[in-house]
Formats: sequence, C-alpha cells, structure tokens
Amino acid sequence: MNELSLHILDICQNSIKADANLITIIIEEDINNNFYKIIIGDDGNGMSEKTLSEFSDPFFTTRSTRKVGMGVPLFKMAAKMCNGSFNVDSILEKGTVISAIFEHNHIDRAPLGDIDETLMILILNERDIDVYYEHIFNNKKYIFDTREIRKVLNNIPFTDYSVIMWIKDNIKNGIKNLQKEVT
Amino acid sequence: MKSLDDLKKIRDASQSKVTMRGKNVGTRILVGMATCGISAGARPVMNLFVEEIAKRDLNTVTVTPVGCIGECAIEPIVEVLQGEKRTTYCRVDEEVAKRIFNEHIIGGKVVNDNVIGKYRL
Repeated sequence: MNELSLHILDICQNSIKADANLITIIIEEDINNNFYKIIIGDDGNGMSEKTLSEFSDPFFTTRSTRKVGMGVPLFKMAAKMCNGSFNVDSILEKGTVISAIFEHNHIDRAPLGDIDETLMILILNERDIDVYYEHIFNNKKYIFDTREIRKVLNNIPFTDYSVIMWIKDNIKNGIKNLQKEVT
Repeated sequence: MKSLDDLKKIRDASQSKVTMRGKNVGTRILVGMATCGISAGARPVMNLFVEEIAKRDLNTVTVTPVGCIGECAIEPIVEVLQGEKRTTYCRVDEEVAKRIFNEHIIGGKVVNDNVIGKYRL
C-alpha cells in the first residue's frame, strides 16, 4: 500500500467489524521533532489478551474466507520500516486503540494520500458509524466530526451523494489550508 | 468546520426531493474493501462510482464497501445487484469501472470482459 490513508482505511474496517459506533482518527505531524503519528481508536468489542497477543501475526484472522490477515502486519511493517513504533491497546467490551509513529522525513514514509476518499468510504459503510478525524500539523488543527454534521442534516442520510461530495470537499480543503498556513 | 451554510443548503434541497432508498430498490454496487481489495486499488474505483452517481444525481443507485469474498488474487471485485440479478466483476480498475457504470448501470448491458467467469482460477 503506497499511501498511509489506505492503511487507515484498512485498519478502520477492523473497527467496523468489531461493532464500533465511533472511530477516532488522530494524525499528528511535527516537522521540528520529526515525527508523524497516527492514532486510530474505536469503541468496539475490543480484544482479550490472548487475541491481542496474536493480533499482529499475519496468520491470525477472524475471517472465514481465507487464512491470512495482512492488514495490521502491513501497517506495523510500514511504521517499523520508518524507524517508528507500533502499539496496540485493547480492553474487552471497551474498544481498541492502535498507534503508529513514523519518522517524518524518512524516505520510506508514504504520503498520507487521499484521506478524503478514506473517510468517505468509512461514512458510506453499511453500519451507521460516526467518524471523528483530527489532523494536527505543527500545532495547527483541522477537525472533522460526523456527529456535528448529523446535527445539521436532521434526517437526511449521509448516503445522499450531494452530502458526500460536500464532505469530501470540506476535508480536502481543510487539510490543504492546514499545510498552507504554516509555510 | 467551514461552510456549514453550504451543507444546510444541500439539506434543504434534499428534503424537498422524494428519496426511495430501500434495500432492494434500484441498483446496489458492492465494492470489496478488505486488505486485498484496498491494496489492489479498490478505493479509487469506489470513489469513481460515488463521483459518477453524484454527477448524474442518480437516486436509485447506491455504493457500499464490503469485505472479502476470498478471491483475493482477482481483486478489486465489484458486484452489481439489480433486483434478483447479481453480476460479479473482477480486476476492476478505474477504466473498467467507468465502463461498468456507463454500459451496465446506465445502459443495462453486462460488461462481459470482466465478469468473474472469465478469470476462474
């Protein structure tokens, strides 16, 4: 996978499978201290200690259609490749938090890519979930929260495609402004 | 959050529209969005479907991300459901997705080049 946002999409699919109602994605970029941090949290089913110990093994999966589960190992590998670290915390019935830290200027650190597409697909998911996205770029912050949008929309569903286009636009511009203001 | 006013306008416009989005009405497009699908390029394919639907303002077509059906070698897999009829496409890139949209979803004719039978492993 050549974009960090693809990894994020992949990891979040696990949260959806775990019956999460809220997925929290926090991205923190700090050029001065040279780190790129991604934290993904959910309020899903969580994992027992035994599951947690097998969690980043590529031959562990809960699915029945095939015998491997590459999502988490690939994300872990991406972080390790950039002199970073990878950590999972989980409490049964409470939820799971995954954090990955990359060296910001490492040559192998993939760009974030089209995070707006990632968030759009999460919102279009069949299970009606809320997504909170926070992007920090050298102390500047952009926040996107579906719960706020829900308030404005009343009963119009997110699957209304003019709403989806507005959401994509908002995210794209939000992040662009974030990076423009600093330079 | 910026331009919430725009969103309000969209809401008001949508409220006046009559929407019919039951589970079995119209066309459903399912895009495989597990690790295998994502790494094979399912995300831009899904994005293309969403943008085409929005552009043409079709309110009887929906796109949904789904999991893996176990044929990871021929991802990205796209399924088109119309009533009882189910067509499964494999190795769908943006080019093929465009064809599926124009020829199948709009035109009603299955794109035979990429139906799953052609690639049976």
